[in-house]
Amino acid sequence: MIPELGHFALVLALLLAAAQAVLGLAGGARGRAELLRATGPAVAGQFIFVLVAFAALVVSFVNGDFSVEYVAANSNASLPLFYRITATWGGHEGSLLLWALCLAGWSLAVALCSRRLEPEFRARVLGLLGIIAVGFLLFLLTTSNPFARLWPAAADGRDLNPLLQDFALAIHPPLLYLGYVGFAVAFAFACAALLAGRLDAQWAKWTRPWTLAAWICLTLGIALGSWWAYYELGWGGWWFWDPVENASLMPWLAGTALIHSLAVTEKRGLFVNWTLLLAVAAFSLSLLGTFLVRSGVLISVHAFATDPARGLFILGFLAVVIGGALGLFAWRAPRAAAGGGFAVTSRESFLLFNNALLVVALALVLLGTLYPLFLDALELGKISVGPPYFEAVFLVPMLPLVLLLGLGMHAGWKRGGLAGNGPRLAWLGGAALLVAAVIAAAVYGGIRPLATLGLALGLWVMASALLVLLARRLSGARLPATIVGMSIAHFGLGLTTLGIAGVEAFQVERDTALAAGEGAELAGYEFRLIGLRHGLRGPNYVATEAEVAVMDGDRRLATLRPQKRVYDSGGNPMTEAGIAVGAARDLFAALGEDLGGGRWSLRLQYKPLIRGIWLGALLMALGGLIAAADRRYRREAGEGAR
Amino acid sequence: MTPRHRRMVGVAAILAGVGAAALLARLAFEENLLYFFSPSQIAAGEAPVERKFRVGGLVTPGSVQRDPGSLTVRFVVTDNRHSIPVRYSGVLPDLFKEGKGVVANGRLDGQGGFVAEEVLAKHDENYMPPEVADSMHPPQPGGGGG
Repeated sequence: MIPELGHFALVLALLLAAAQAVLGLAGGARGRAELLRATGPAVAGQFIFVLVAFAALVVSFVNGDFSVEYVAANSNASLPLFYRITATWGGHEGSLLLWALCLAGWSLAVALCSRRLEPEFRARVLGLLGIIAVGFLLFLLTTSNPFARLWPAAADGRDLNPLLQDFALAIHPPLLYLGYVGFAVAFAFACAALLAGRLDAQWAKWTRPWTLAAWICLTLGIALGSWWAYYELGWGGWWFWDPVENASLMPWLAGTALIHSLAVTEKRGLFVNWTLLLAVAAFSLSLLGTFLVRSGVLISVHAFATDPARGLFILGFLAVVIGGALGLFAWRAPRAAAGGGFAVTSRESFLLFNNALLVVALALVLLGTLYPLFLDALELGKISVGPPYFEAVFLVPMLPLVLLLGLGMHAGWKRGGLAGNGPRLAWLGGAALLVAAVIAAAVYGGIRPLATLGLALGLWVMASALLVLLARRLSGARLPATIVGMSIAHFGLGLTTLGIAGVEAFQVERDTALAAGEGAELAGYEFRLIGLRHGLRGPNYVATEAEVAVMDGDRRLATLRPQKRVYDSGGNPMTEAGIAVGAARDLFAALGEDLGGGRWSLRLQYKPLIRGIWLGALLMALGGLIAAADRRYRREAGEGAR
Repeated sequence: MTPRHRRMVGVAAILAGVGAAALLARLAFEENLLYFFSPSQIAAGEAPVERKFRVGGLVTPGSVQRDPGSLTVRFVVTDNRHSIPVRYSGVLPDLFKEGKGVVANGRLDGQGGFVAEEVLAKHDENYMPPEVADSMHPPQPGGGGG
């Protein structure tokens, strides 16, 4: 009964989304008050029914209703309650339903928080969001119905993939989807602005907080995914350049470019066309990501299923969205709206470089991700583009990006100059380079050029971001939330850079075969296998646990307890790494397998500064949050509408 | 800068960026592309002798051998028509299993075998990498051979 209710609610949500699209767009075009008033309730109704459908699916999971095909495929009677709930979005159908719920949630937020927008503009935005919702709900109902029944019902479920039975991965998809779908709002704002023919600073001001909100979610989602891969996949890597990871990185790069170009559009009325294109690109790349992950065209960790009908639907939807938006752009884009000029050292220039470099990075990742698919589709051979490609090409736009960022934060609008901070910045730059060289030589035993450069760039951006706050403080200037947020986010980027440079340059990894009592040397530490315990009982698995002592001379520095788990529902064993966390370095051990002769294989790793990567991402998100909460977005959004 | 200048600088910057990116991408591509070959293609001499590439197929049941207490492991990868022995030293991924799909990066050892630098089985246990699925032949009585 409950699954049927959910199915029915989903159909109602589709009808209401269609109503929202028609009412919103017609209302926006005609300006008729009754149409405009009806749009909001349609949005609320759509949200409620998608929520009901989602709740119905969650209840089916909690009750273990294995007569529902999707539940039977992704859950199991022995699964703990928490993972039974999160299993709702552990597979294809449920994660799309979550997608639809995120979209309905964002739409409702727009409807509630933008009462002070011009009514026609608001109606158009909601109407466009309605079109996207129609596309996704149709997709769900026609190709991926999560409520499809299984006859006869399964006695027990197949279980949630054990890799996904983890806290970080349970909340990673919702955050990621909130980010993906959040760019739909920026997209709808851009298209509504094109339809209305009002492409000005006001439009940028309305769009900025929404874009930031989506970007924050995406940043956190990606960081969580990276953290999960590090401790759960058992390899100790934090980024694999897997196509699915790239699928989330590409919208992030486009979104990052977008929040920066929106700043120029808001402040100076420049880059309008470019900003529009970026808004279209960010959302299109989110859809592309969904297509890549959900169509099964990829060889990757996440590609769990293959179904051509689904791929074709998303591809068609993608074509409609991108084609429609670009058509609209060609038709309505402002004809060379002459903005004012700006100097080479102005902030506009730096933001232009920022955008150019981010787009180059995006293009390189896109090329590496899609090229193998094209070759394969054209039957020109099967290739894979490995991490070395991405690592090499990604640095090229990123190094100048980070270098220029340290200057750009201080540049003034229009006429340029560094607001009197030029000499201080020169000192900071020199100091960063010196400190980086000293750290590399003293701590890691060698000044390697690229590693030193990476450390120096990280320190440079962190110092420069702090100088923004300090210089303003000293001169008694105002310190608006946007500036504070910007500094914190950039400080975070510096920290992430530092972490990446540290771990990529100085990590040490070693596979060893150890018997109890034996030890192996790694990065100056001794990893000693104390012993193994078998048959440890978890909620739905049995584990073998190793005790590994990390010795610094005679002192026991840390004890690592890596596990190998075998889940009750069968299948392969899973590795649970043992990690000793530290600000300066992580010590990592993953348990391999019984090699015979009393020996076990172990993967040992020394990971300097790796925490900086995720801590930096957290700070980026925090900075975004502070900037988005700036009073001027709330106050002046109202003034603009009056 | 006037708008005209700005546009020219902008266009020049974009062209330079795109050009540099294209050049780099080309270089990095040529160095880092890994082609996929099935055991049958290797048997037919299609695989490169000097270069790294990927091989994939099923791990022949019963073929996994290791010297007790050593990290070195040997197994046979088959597409049900031809097969190739693979040697690897290190920790195998969780999803590595006899009778299941596997992809290995590495190179030929010149003696009819393959030395893997990395073994990938990064997928669901019931899922087969598409390139492996495409290259498989129907099982033959007696299996492998050749």
